[in-house]
Amino acid sequence: MPEEMLIDEMQCVYQKPGTLTDEYMHYCPGCGHAVAHKILMEVVEEMGLQEDIIGVAPVGCSVFAYNYMNIDMQEAAHGRASAVATGIKRVRPDKFVFSYQGDGDLAAIGTAETIHTINRGENILIVFINNGIYGMTGGQMAPTSLFGQKTSTSPYGRDVAHNGYPLKITELIAHLPGAYYVTRQAVHTPNTVRKFKKALNNAFEYQKLNKGTCFIEVVSNCPSGWKMTPKETLTYIEEKMLPEYPLGDIKVPTQNKN
Amino acid sequence: MIKGTVLINSETCKGCELCIVACPQDSLSLSQKINLRGYRYVELSQDNCTGCTNCAIVCPDAVITVYRQSKQNYKKAV
Ligand SMILES: Cc1ncc(C[n+]2csc(CCOP(=O)(O)OP(=O)(O)O)c2C)c(N)n1
Ligand code: SF4
Ligand code: SF4
Ligand code: SF4
Ligand SMILES: [Mg+2]
Repeated sequence: MPEEMLIDEMQCVYQKPGTLTDEYMHYCPGCGHAVAHKILMEVVEEMGLQEDIIGVAPVGCSVFAYNYMNIDMQEAAHGRASAVATGIKRVRPDKFVFSYQGDGDLAAIGTAETIHTINRGENILIVFINNGIYGMTGGQMAPTSLFGQKTSTSPYGRDVAHNGYPLKITELIAHLPGAYYVTRQAVHTPNTVRKFKKALNNAFEYQKLNKGTCFIEVVSNCPSGWKMTPKETLTYIEEKMLPEYPLGDIKVPTQNKN
Repeated sequence: MIKGTVLINSETCKGCELCIVACPQDSLSLSQKINLRGYRYVELSQDNCTGCTNCAIVCPDAVITVYRQSKQNYKKAV
């Protein structure tokens, strides 16, 4: 049977969300940023938020997120996305607001903004893409780089004596009373993607109810910075990243007193 | 078995192979041909797709559209 006829008799069960633009993404093949963008935009489409949401893009590989997400967006200076999102949400409390940030952006140069935004319990969502490296600038070590991880600034591997420990900023901020919902997800398999999607749904539902800061870490990959094929990054995530950054909820609403 | 199929936008595919890994049916493979950007792209190489959407869900570049036989048509066919 010709393919068109076959398709005529079938139902479309998955297509690119209308909330992504037709722009060709600049991301390297297999990059987790692109998966995360797509799923975020699927949730925006399914929840009907396209006209009611404002995103803040970071500095890092996802600096051009505003070219791909077909919603209102604002670019922030490096590390300051959550502070910018604070301002937007305070001026427009009627809008859903999120920041989208890498590990260099959120957990290195932007640590202060991240902590204080969450400590104030700003009613926004922070999406934190942890690929354990500075992807954009050529694969330098990030605060989240693993023990022994070879990067362009730790060519012999990350050494605790010299470089300290991988920063588990997600566990750290979960202690703050302003953090309402804190979870760690991933996007490297169909099942992890489905769970990430559910977490995004939860976060926007909580934002609707003015509950405080929701924080979703996404353990992601950087095939170029890790110097691996996209397929090899799947094994690396499973064997190296997830033992250090285990998936699952870190703080759920029942743990909140308010 | 429920029948499905996929439509692949060969010009936006970057040949990362993540969809190939995600497919439980082994239905996909990389073509020998390259697209305008120089990537070998993915093709449906076997007629056993069930329309499970796994490949499309993990595709970073939203290259894949998935179709699935409706339950009604499935009943008619068996
Ligand atoms: C004030 C300032 N300092 C440093 C830089 C250089 N810089 C650009 S992106 C980046 C790190 C990006 O890493 P990450 O946030 O992990 O993003 P990724 O590319 O990995 O997604 C750095 C240090 C800059 N643009 N501005
Ligand atoms: S450098 Fe890394 S994070 Fe940046 S687009 Fe390439 S794979 Fe993605
Ligand atoms: S996951 Fe998408 S971009 Fe990667 S090879 Fe498959 S269709 Fe192409
Ligand atoms: S829809 Fe499922 S069975 Fe069909 S090609 Fe994609 S992953 Fe394979
Ligand atoms: Mg990074």
